[in-house]
Parts: sequence; structure tokens; C-alpha cells
Amino acid sequence: MRARIRTLSDGAATGLAVLATVLVVAPLVAIFAYLIYKGASSLSWAFFVETPKPVGEVGGGMANAILGSAILLAVGSLIGVPVGIAGGIFLAEFGRGTKLANAVRFTADVLNGVPSIVMGIAVYSLIVVPQGHFSALSGGVALGIMMVPTVCRTTEEMLLMVPNAVREAALALGVPNWRSVLAITLKTASPGIITGCMLAFARVAGETAPLIFTAFGNVGWNTRLDEPMAALPLQIYVYALSPYDDWHRLAWAGSLVLIVLIVLAVSLVRFVTSRGVLKGAS
Amino acid sequence: MGVGIEVTNLNAWYGANHALQDINLNIPANHATALIGPSGCGKSTFVRCLNRMHETIPGARATGTVRIGDLDIYKDIKPVEIRRRVGMVFQRPNPFPTMSIYDNVAAGLKLNGYSNRHVLDEIVERSLKNSALWDEVKDNLKKESGASLSGGQQQRMCIARALAVDPEVLLMDEPASALDPVSTSKIEDLIFQLKAQYTIVIVTHNMQQAARVAEKTGFFLNGRMVEFDSTDKIFTNPSDKRTEDYITGRFG
Repeated sequence: MRARIRTLSDGAATGLAVLATVLVVAPLVAIFAYLIYKGASSLSWAFFVETPKPVGEVGGGMANAILGSAILLAVGSLIGVPVGIAGGIFLAEFGRGTKLANAVRFTADVLNGVPSIVMGIAVYSLIVVPQGHFSALSGGVALGIMMVPTVCRTTEEMLLMVPNAVREAALALGVPNWRSVLAITLKTASPGIITGCMLAFARVAGETAPLIFTAFGNVGWNTRLDEPMAALPLQIYVYALSPYDDWHRLAWAGSLVLIVLIVLAVSLVRFVTSRGVLKGAS
Repeated sequence: MGVGIEVTNLNAWYGANHALQDINLNIPANHATALIGPSGCGKSTFVRCLNRMHETIPGARATGTVRIGDLDIYKDIKPVEIRRRVGMVFQRPNPFPTMSIYDNVAAGLKLNGYSNRHVLDEIVERSLKNSALWDEVKDNLKKESGASLSGGQQQRMCIARALAVDPEVLLMDEPASALDPVSTSKIEDLIFQLKAQYTIVIVTHNMQQAARVAEKTGFFLNGRMVEFDSTDKIFTNPSDKRTEDYITGRFG
């Protein structure tokens, strides 16, 4: 009797876990399938090499927006990743238990909850207004600031997971603390930290709101940081809201490309880091 | 060569907890000295005061004088420098998990700025030979991660890592307590050989081990050193009643 109940409850628990898994994965699969269904048919070579055509003309692509997104994300990562990692190192290794650390941690958590449109407006008033014009730089800064809290907090969590014995081993060899942190603790925690950076990257890669008031968008090519720049999410936003069927199709294609590019970028980083510096890490 | 250690009026605290009280003792050069006593008696704290690792714990502090060779380690020298002269082996093997065996052993040198490959190769080989691990790992030095070795091999690698920076003193905090009997006896043989070159201080819960490897033994109880004498005397004819009670198994 007892055994029967146990077997039944075991089965029920397994069933619930499977159900939960399906509920989590189903929306993702549905979205991806729908994107492919809607977007793949509108993809063409022109999409990847041409700039948008004026209203009324058929065709055109989002090449400038793809390049723009890449530049904006590069600028954002250059700001967000170093600042975030440095902040995380401070929280976990140097500031433990201090008031400043608590303040930094609290700020990071609040910053994480600030709506992205607010971030756009803040950067607008900090950079765009003094400069007098929209710019790719301001867009990159907005994305970078959005990356900071995620990168910072994951770095802290991952560093705290490194056993104290490893820190002691380094200190007992006469290695200065700062060097031990950089060469030993950070390296030991790096797989998790890289995951955190990738999460932050993937999140801001799809952001539209912070770019509306900063990078602004651009229908032509631009590689200059002090001028408005196109970005995939912005372009998708504009096209999806337009009344033209042709633009709707391009918006679907853009969404598909955006997601695929994010997946590619994340996989690439994983591939490179798992064979290079981190060989044998796990 | 090893150097002697002279401890005068050493006191140590963890916050308000007075963990070591008025310790005085002289540890002879090029000998193995064992520290025994029940858990929490302060023997680990004591060895951690000898390389200033004690103060790395938040809220911990120490007063008194510790002379290693002709240096007062709390006055004449920075903690980082004294730790290069006084190596330490911990209770649990603590390899650097992301590093190969080679990099683990070379870590102390590399992180302190040595980069000459030839010299490093030589030191790594010598250190691993000294810790009796060379024959088991020489073919996979750079391919295998230090964390993939067995527990006993990891501990011998950690000893090699400590030896690689060429210390004068080697502190061992229960180095064999997490190991099986075969690995334990290897570590003990090792201690026997190493004391020709280094002064060794070994904390142990295992009294047979103390008797086997050490010439001198100190008995700690409740943060004080009760008795310090030749190992023979401590185990056959202790002068303090509490030492006798402990070694005959009446408590602890």
C-alpha cells in the first residue's frame, strides 16, 4: 500500500515537472515557428544588402539596420561589460559588507527594473540634448547602461560561488589580492560571467525604446558614431506600425533575422570561449 | 634551507573570540613539529598566524611576535612577502580548478611575475619530484586539469605548488585528513624527506601520524599551549595531566 502511494506520487511529480517544462518551452517554440512561417518567405538576398526603399517602391532591405545594430551593440557591450564586471568584482571581492557595496547592489537592482524607455529619455537629456542631435553613440550608451546591472549582479553571484579555498590557495602562495582576484577567482568564475554577459547582450539586442530618442534610426548607411544610426528593432518597429503590406513582410523578416543573429552571436561567443582560455575549466 | 620559528606572547582573535592565548614556543629549523589537540583548540589558527593568513579573515587579528629566521613577520615584512617564504598546505586539496597540473604548480611563480620557460619547466619538474607525484603525471602535465586528479594526487600537487616558490617553512594544516591510508602514508614519507630542506609544522588529529613524522610535538587545548616537548616525551611520559588524558583518549 505504502509503496503504491509512493509510486503514484512519484509519477504525479514527474508528470507535473514535464508539464511545467512543456509550458515553458511551448511559447518559445510557437513564437519561433510563427516567425519562420511569416518571415522566411520575405527573406531575400536584397534584404541583406540593400537599404530601405522609399514608400511606394517595392523591395529594399535592412542591410544598414543590421550593420547599425551590430555597431550599437558593440558600443553598448564595450561600455556595459567592463563596467558591469568591474562592479561585480567590487561587490564580491573588495566591498563585501561595506555600505558602499550595499548601495551599489541596491542601485544595480533598481536600475535593472527601470523601464527601457526611461533609460532612453535619460540618455536623451544627458547626451542628445547637449550634443544637439541624435547619434549612434548615445544609442550605444543607452544599451550599455542597460547591460550594466545584469552583468554586475551575475558577476557578483558567480564570484561568490568560487570556493574560498581557491582564494586562500592563491593568497598563501604570496600572490597579492588584486592579482589573485583577476588571475584566479575571475578566471574560475568566467563561464558563469560570460553567460551573464550573453544574457545582457541578448536582452538589449532586441530593445527598441531606448533607441527611439537616441540612435533615432536612419534610412541610409551610416557608420559614424556622431550621426543617427539605423537599428533592426527600430526598423521593425517603424515597419510593423506602417500601413503597407510590403513593409509588414519586411518587419517579419527583420524579426527573424534579429533573433537568428542573436542566437548566432551567443553561440559564437560560447564556442570561442569554450575552446580558448577556458579549456578544461569545468 | 629551513629556518627556525620563535613565537612570543602570540594572541589571536576572531572578533571577540579570543582564539589563541599567550602562545610561546620555539620551532627548530629543519625538523618536523607536530601540533595536536581537540577540534577548535586553536592549532589551525596558530599555523595561520605563522604566514599571516589569519588576518585575511574579516574581523580576525593577532598580537605578539613571530620571528621566522631573523625576520619579525608582523613588523619587518609585508604579508604577501612572508607568504612566499612560508608555504602552506591546507586540509582539503585546493587546486586551481581552471588550470592544468603544470600551471597549478607554476602558479605561485607565474603570478609573481616569473616567466622564463626553461626555469619554470625545471622548477615544476623538481617540485613534482619532491612531492612524489612526477612519475604519475609527467605525461599529462599540460593536458590534464589539476582538478581531475584523485584526492591524494591533488594534495601532493598542492604540496608541489607550495614547494615551487621555494619557501623556508612549510605549514601543513591536517594535510592527510581527507585522504585514504595509501595517500596518507605517501604524504608522511614525503614529510620525512622534506624536512631535510624545510622547517615543517604539521597540524594533525592523528596521534600516530604525529609520532611517526615529528621530532617535536605541541599539545593545544582551549586556545593555550599546554605542553611542548620532544615527541617521544609527549607520547610516553607527558608532564601535564591534560596531555596524558588526551593522548590516552580520555577526551577529545
